[in-house]
Amino acid sequence: MKTAVYYRTKRIAINVLIHVFLVIVAITCIFPLVWMVSSSLKTQETIFRDPSLIPTEFHFENYYLAWKEGGFGRYFLNSLLYTVSVVCGIVVISSLAAYAFSRFRFPGKGILFAMFMAAMMIPIPGSFVPLYVLLNKLHLRNTSIGYILCMINVGLSTSIFLLKTFFDKMPKELEDAARIDGCSKLGIWWHVALPLAKPVLAVVIVFNALNVWNEYVLALIIFDSKPLMPLQVALMTFQGEFITRYPLLMAGLTITALPIIIVYILMQKYIVKGVTAGALVG
Amino acid sequence: MRLRNTLENYVFVLPAVAIFAVFYIIPFIWVVQLGLYEWDGILPTKVFVGLRNFQEILFEDRIWWQSMWQAGYITVFALTFQNILAFLLAWACDREIRLKNFYRLIFFIPPVLSEVVVGLVWQWILDGHYGLLNHGLAKIGLSAFARNWLADPVTALTTVAVVHSWKGFGWGFLIFLAGLQTIPRELYEAARVDGANAWSSFTKVTIPLMIPVAMLVGILTVLGTMQAFVLIIAMTGGGPAYHTQVPVLRILAAMRGSSRFGYACAQGIMFGVILMAISFIQYRFSRKARQV
Repeated sequence: MKTAVYYRTKRIAINVLIHVFLVIVAITCIFPLVWMVSSSLKTQETIFRDPSLIPTEFHFENYYLAWKEGGFGRYFLNSLLYTVSVVCGIVVISSLAAYAFSRFRFPGKGILFAMFMAAMMIPIPGSFVPLYVLLNKLHLRNTSIGYILCMINVGLSTSIFLLKTFFDKMPKELEDAARIDGCSKLGIWWHVALPLAKPVLAVVIVFNALNVWNEYVLALIIFDSKPLMPLQVALMTFQGEFITRYPLLMAGLTITALPIIIVYILMQKYIVKGVTAGALVG
Repeated sequence: MRLRNTLENYVFVLPAVAIFAVFYIIPFIWVVQLGLYEWDGILPTKVFVGLRNFQEILFEDRIWWQSMWQAGYITVFALTFQNILAFLLAWACDREIRLKNFYRLIFFIPPVLSEVVVGLVWQWILDGHYGLLNHGLAKIGLSAFARNWLADPVTALTTVAVVHSWKGFGWGFLIFLAGLQTIPRELYEAARVDGANAWSSFTKVTIPLMIPVAMLVGILTVLGTMQAFVLIIAMTGGGPAYHTQVPVLRILAAMRGSSRFGYACAQGIMFGVILMAISFIQYRFSRKARQV
């Protein structure tokens, strides 16, 4: 006869096993990052000899060196500039388009919208090849504006899709009221539609910001000159040039990863929403 | 008045359409066009070679096919290990359990990091001489297993696949978890009333209802993994001796290494068509699975 005690012990045992499993995976997720920070605080000598997780001395000056001497300060500001510009561009351009696709009627609307959706489905591996040729022709290669325009295009389709889905479900009463009050179409978009779309705009902003900050290959082919490079390309260049300067490299990696982790922790809600919404596209 | 109204509507979509036309449609047309030419990217003259580039890819470029198989290997690895792990974690989190939100927070950290960061950190951990992994193996007396993980042709590809899966399982986890949470609790109740134990309610309720979600995760995994390459640049650069080359790396090499823009575009078309074919087959397969 199996007693209540048996079932209770069994349940507790299963719960403990589940937690052990989850904790092990969680540690594997965090550990490489802890090791990255730990390595960034060691010196050029101790980093190869001392495998301890907590260094005996904390060499915070590595961060100063990476920021100044390694040039990561400059690259950080570049990445920040690109991320902010692209995200602002995408928010304005895609919300205008999505609003029109959701509310207005005009010839060619169906085809235009289908075009954006098709772009989301059709993979073009190696699209960086024609983009390189195009930017060369437009004399936009090795310029910030060329990179920013390319990256706006990358985020456009998905952002339009997310925003249009939201606008389609949004009640029209407030907009009607604004129209009766004599508000122009642009005015309604700016004063009524955008403020109401805040939750989905947050998803659009977070995802595009992550995407631009982490982008590598377009930046690699577009930028030749170091002063324009964003962090991702600069890290690879630094690693190629100073292969053994691990403490500075690790400091550079931490400088690159930290803003992303902070943004992620603050905006986690929107990221989970975005992943599930993105999955529904399929 | 009506004309003005319509023009006003076009103003809303104009910026999006303009950028899209210049930075998506033109490149799209050019890929197809350039695939038929031999061109070094600099000279004003392009030499029309017809389908010669495609012929070369199909029948002569052994490294291209090697890279395709290697991408396939990483994909199969991700489809099995990464997605099984993702599913198990989601299943473990889909219950009244403490720290659920904490786990969810942690598991999605690797996916938000850039491939460059992940690649370089893991390269440091896996370094043959000073890497932490070999240090650790030596410490617990397993130094016989220590090796230069990313420079050894035997282990390089699998090591890359493991790191790729480490970075990627969080996606599958979140989608599986969202899927599991849509299963009505009453179904489990009903199964229990009918005498089902934990195992049979898992195999008879959870699994069948999760098949569409699993198919979706599968398609996303294939498309994502086949096209992954930045992580590989950061870890091995495609070496040792082509052992971790993948198709997109070949496209990049054709363009930057040997300045064959036409050939790079032909590879891009070929690879794009293969990817679409794979996801179409998977889609048909999943529709069939849903009908059963």
